[in-house]
Amino acid sequence: MKHLRPLNKKAHRIDQHYESLGDDVVALQNPRPQQRPHVPMGCSLMFSPGWEVDSAGGTAGLCQPVERDIYDCWVTCYWPAQVPDHMNNSPDWASKCAAATKDWRNLDLVFP
Amino acid sequence: MVIAVQDYRLGEFHSFEAGGRRFVYLPSGAVFEIDEATQSLLDRAIDGNILADDEELIGELHHARILVTADDRPELPQKPPADFPLQTLVLNLTNQCNLSCQYCYEFGADKVATPEGKPKFMDLETAKTSVDFLLAQSQGHRGIHITFFGGETLMNFPLLKDVVAYANTQAAAQGRSIDFSLTTNATLLTPAIIQFLSDNRIGVTVSMDGPPDLHDKLRVFANGRGSYDIIEPRVRALLENHRTRPITARVTLTSGVTDVVRIFRHLKHDLGFHEIGFAPVTTSPNQLYAIGAPGMNSVLDQFKALAGEYLEYALRGELHGFSNVSDTLSELCQGVNKSHPCGAGLGLIGVGPSGDIAPCHRFVDSDAHALGHISTGIDRAKQSDFLSRGHIDSKYDCHTCWARPLCAGGCHHEAFVRYGDTGHPNLHYCDWIRDWTATCLHIYGSISVHNPGFLEHFVQRKAA
Repeated sequence: MKHLRPLNKKAHRIDQHYESLGDDVVALQNPRPQQRPHVPMGCSLMFSPGWEVDSAGGTAGLCQPVERDIYDCWVTCYWPAQVPDHMNNSPDWASKCAAATKDWRNLDLVFP
Repeated sequence: MVIAVQDYRLGEFHSFEAGGRRFVYLPSGAVFEIDEATQSLLDRAIDGNILADDEELIGELHHARILVTADDRPELPQKPPADFPLQTLVLNLTNQCNLSCQYCYEFGADKVATPEGKPKFMDLETAKTSVDFLLAQSQGHRGIHITFFGGETLMNFPLLKDVVAYANTQAAAQGRSIDFSLTTNATLLTPAIIQFLSDNRIGVTVSMDGPPDLHDKLRVFANGRGSYDIIEPRVRALLENHRTRPITARVTLTSGVTDVVRIFRHLKHDLGFHEIGFAPVTTSPNQLYAIGAPGMNSVLDQFKALAGEYLEYALRGELHGFSNVSDTLSELCQGVNKSHPCGAGLGLIGVGPSGDIAPCHRFVDSDAHALGHISTGIDRAKQSDFLSRGHIDSKYDCHTCWARPLCAGGCHHEAFVRYGDTGHPNLHYCDWIRDWTATCLHIYGSISVHNPGFLEHFVQRKAA
């Protein structure tokens, strides 16, 4: 440490730990976020019709039409996918789909 | 550009000055010297919020918890593991004593012991079982200690000799060694005993309250006669002939016996003890010999005077002998952050003549505080109850005190005598402890500036 001089064993341990962090301090990352358990969020974790691909990475052979592969992009996700516009034109698009695992067939196709 | 960093505010710390430099002492137990940039940042804080533009500085201060954010949680002392190894065994070889010191916590008005119907002297069987217990429960620890205690320890000297022989044999068989010490009133010391203590490197602490007029006030025989004249030649013989370990005097301060500087001069310079430690008597506040608040202030002033002397010695690289300072400096050097005020019931236990296990020697022979029997081991439920009540987490009054890493609420026994609960913080001496801790921090800081090499003395020394 540059500004603090450690004067006892505990302080030396704090100092060593600080030095061991090396280049981890990044500008504008202030305060550094507290380390919390990492809980993955979003479409990779839950049943979310639409994000599946087949073994070759394609979508053509999937068991549901690709137009329905957009449910989670509607409202919950910031990803700029082509989804029905929930603010003006299709506010009730998902109203019949209370649980996606069960009700995904109720999602209508929307054509612009 | 100066930006207001709303997310940071001042953490909890005690700042102090020594030798022209600035320091902080943190609840983690760490001591840091701080530079001018840090000082300036701390000085400019407004309502605890800081203004700064130096990310590196803020990063360092945050890492040391001098600055904190809303996300930071206080660093709590860890709970000791359930299988915490035993390190020190205090054997009360007897509960009998040839003196009748009026303030004695074993026999006085505030006693917790209930010795009725129990053996008065420990037998060899119990002592051997205790030694085996220590060796078994201290696995992995190289430095283990046996302290002989009483009553008057030397009233059972034959057993002491046997225990030393047995313990040395048993330890050697495991390739380990044991460190011995004893506390005595010195009345029964003989040349042969002194020779034995010296030959076996047994550390000796003599309970002694100063020159005759002070010592004889309360340290008396049953007929009221003072004990100074009896012990003086024996103490001189001890100091002259026991050459293998430093000899310590342990002074109990009471209402008429608070002349700390005079007591120190007598014990250190007239008699020649290597170290002298002082402790105010443990008592309920209504006893005549209790020291009131004014008396304790006078004691503190004299402690500070001796502490100033200690610093002068330390800056010359000499040992002064006021062990209250040395003990605190040791703990500061380690940077302790205590979950409990001491090792009682944790790394240390007391065993009474009957074989009952107590949290420490002060609770020996007390049925209410027994933590099991040496033949059956520690009663883990009772031990856990004792330790959880004594843990700093349960002492809410302590949670905002900067001196808590060292004090942790103070002596369990003193708490019981004052408040009827071993887990109660000793609120009657909080100001005193903080003032004394500040004094020792000042000394620590001064030494670190002017004679840092001196602190090496404490790196190896075991924190009390």
